[in-house]
Amino acid sequence: MTTETAITGTGSADRPIQGTTSHSQVMKGLIQAAGMLPVLILICVGFELATGKFMAVRNLGIVMQQASINIVLAAGMTFVILTGGIDLAVGSVLAASAVTALALSLTGFSFIAIPAALLCGLVLGSVNGCLVAYIRLPPFIVTLGMMTAVRGLARFLSNDTTVFNPALSFAWIGNGRLFGVPWLVVVALSVIAASWFILRRTVLGMRIYAVGGNPVAARLSGIKVTSILLFAYATSGVLAALGGVMSAARTYSANGAQLGLSYELDAIAAVILGGTSFVGGVGTIVGTLIGALIIAVLSNGLILMNVSENWQLIIKGLVIIGAVALDRYRMQGSART
Amino acid sequence: MTTESERPPMLEMRNISKSFPGVKALEHVQIKAWGGEVLSLMGENGAGKSTLMKVLSGAYQADPGGEILIEGERVAIANPIHARRLGIAIIYQELCLAGNLTVAENMFLGNEIARNGVVDRGAMEQECAAVLERLGAGFTAATLVGQLSIAEMQLVEIARALHGRSKILVMDEPTTALSSRETDRLFTLIRGLRADGLAIVYISHRMDEVYELSDRVSVLRDGSYVGTLTRAELNPDRLVKMMVGRDLNSFYVKGDGGAPARGRAIMDVRGLSDGGRRVHPCSFTLYENEILGIAGLVGAGRTELARLIYGADRKSAGTVLLDSQAVEIRTPEDALDHGIAYLTEDRKAQGLFLDMPVLENINLGVIHRDARRGGILNRGMAKRRALDAIDSLSIRVAHAGVGVGSLSGGNQQKVLLSRWLAINPRVLILDEPTRGVDIGAKSEIYRIIDRLARAGIGVLVISSELAELIGICDRVLVMREGRIQGEVGGPGGRAVSQEAIMAYAAGVAA
Repeated sequence: MTTETAITGTGSADRPIQGTTSHSQVMKGLIQAAGMLPVLILICVGFELATGKFMAVRNLGIVMQQASINIVLAAGMTFVILTGGIDLAVGSVLAASAVTALALSLTGFSFIAIPAALLCGLVLGSVNGCLVAYIRLPPFIVTLGMMTAVRGLARFLSNDTTVFNPALSFAWIGNGRLFGVPWLVVVALSVIAASWFILRRTVLGMRIYAVGGNPVAARLSGIKVTSILLFAYATSGVLAALGGVMSAARTYSANGAQLGLSYELDAIAAVILGGTSFVGGVGTIVGTLIGALIIAVLSNGLILMNVSENWQLIIKGLVIIGAVALDRYRMQGSART
Repeated sequence: MTTESERPPMLEMRNISKSFPGVKALEHVQIKAWGGEVLSLMGENGAGKSTLMKVLSGAYQADPGGEILIEGERVAIANPIHARRLGIAIIYQELCLAGNLTVAENMFLGNEIARNGVVDRGAMEQECAAVLERLGAGFTAATLVGQLSIAEMQLVEIARALHGRSKILVMDEPTTALSSRETDRLFTLIRGLRADGLAIVYISHRMDEVYELSDRVSVLRDGSYVGTLTRAELNPDRLVKMMVGRDLNSFYVKGDGGAPARGRAIMDVRGLSDGGRRVHPCSFTLYENEILGIAGLVGAGRTELARLIYGADRKSAGTVLLDSQAVEIRTPEDALDHGIAYLTEDRKAQGLFLDMPVLENINLGVIHRDARRGGILNRGMAKRRALDAIDSLSIRVAHAGVGVGSLSGGNQQKVLLSRWLAINPRVLILDEPTRGVDIGAKSEIYRIIDRLARAGIGVLVISSELAELIGICDRVLVMREGRIQGEVGGPGGRAVSQEAIMAYAAGVAA
């Protein structure tokens, strides 16, 4: 309400908008587009100055590789949060899918390991989606329950041990390179590109923003809100499964009990750092990419500086809060979070 | 006026200016309000009424040079709490009440009666009950505010003001969400408070209310003070001229050269009902070339009937025929596929996507029709549609990428209208199309509605403003308690008049 009156109350809205207004609007647009990028650059420069080896090409490659799985999860999370929801189950879905892929790779059906893992993610994500869209349960509760249930499923599938396959057929995804770029990074960036295309260039994408921005108006505009929600959660499930495949490929192994624990929190942090509104309707996938990179850069840089693990956690947490607070301050009155 | 010489005004704001970066929202504005009188503050949206009241409330600080005097004494209002302590109570359009708390708790919010931090609920309810009795409220101190109607919530706000011993009561468009019966009751109450010696500042768009209530009327335009009329000088033409700065020749538009011949039936609604919860079986026909109004008190089932037609709520019985063909409408999507569009009464909550630009808001109803293969957006088409709409409805906006949330009410409404015009509707249902829209834009919207009807679109207008229905509709259905109680206008029918409509709405005629 304050935003509205602040703007219409000035009397500018009904009159032709003057040069100053449109100029400041362009500025605001630029700031919005740039988002957290300055923060990312600042952190990178800081680590370089402190360690002298952060900006090395080799190290930057490692950062990207470490960020890749979180980027994929966060991309799926972006879809869900844009609709005004949340998906706490991604870490468990990742584990269940990774175990599925590894278990199948040990059988004669190793060629279906990846499709089966992705299907597993699709099914689990769709269960989330159906409960949220059709039964209208709160997303937080649904995915909190699924987080626990699917963790149990993952442990069940792995017989409570680590599944290991030294001759993993798809290990190239985790360790190979395409023209010198690690496959993990290629996959992550492809996911970002595809997500960008869907959100920015398709009817589906525009409807996702509409549903998140105003579900009532969306329904009254003839949008099938349930289908949109189902799509968002299913996508998050599939991408979590893809994350599982990447993780399994990287380590040749998967542990149903340990793998992916609290991954959902890093994914959510990346999305929020990227400027996506927690109530839905506002946000970009590029922002999410930058958010995920900030998290990865922090982990890597702090390790380079020999900061103890306890302090790493404390610093990471404070930076996330600080960055979002800064964002809120910057966007004061222009957007809700 | 004699009062002027005898005693200082209860409230005087002198030479108030307020600048925001890039804009002057107020320039040398002045108002005076005496105890025991109602001062109406009029002006179009964006004229600066709300900004002025925010200065009074302490939410904004006026630019240097401005003065606020209460009973002749200069005060510097630092913040809203300070304003309250000075005896200024402001009741905003959007009520500031906690729905999960009781009436008494709301009344004492921030000012609880407590001993050692323990709330004395009994004492609070007792005091509250006394005030409620004085106001003649039909609810008790222990009622949860969330269960009250909007009119009753307003009463709670007024009770809070009275309890705080306010001397100055500001009401910002209090009747927007009230039925005419509730409005009458509110006016009686306001007159009572005036008699008790309060200075009342009444902000409104509605000419008839201002006419009925005010002792004096001050007019703002584009952030400047235009002038003040006393009751004797009040005259609608003059007031409109002051507000708009020009003559509004023919405010309402009805056809060109009298009502055209009624065309053939476009939509036939037969026995539509939701099982009698809000809507009992309703039947009517909408003809080509006519604007059909639906009148009724708030809660008469007008919006509910529209939602049934549109598929927004589930019907339990009845059929809808379009061009003599029965159509099955289960969801808004079905309705839109059949060319029925519905402009909701609450554009912010149910219509607009406030975070999205004008372009997207205009195109959301047709993006799937315009899309290229594979559901890829046709951005050229979207841009063309947006520019066409901005042009043909003269939406005042710098470019199509501006966020729709920053537009004025009238322009927002035009954006929403454009969304529905883009689908090429056969039937257009408009629910309170000019609510919260300033006079200039109102007149434009009437012109658009008229143009559409003459172009062969069936237009159904739901409105609580009788003057509006009488002004633009060829025929008006009157609803009462979920039924169509009667019909006025149309070939051979009773003339559309306020008396005829009210008689049906109040259940006097059947």
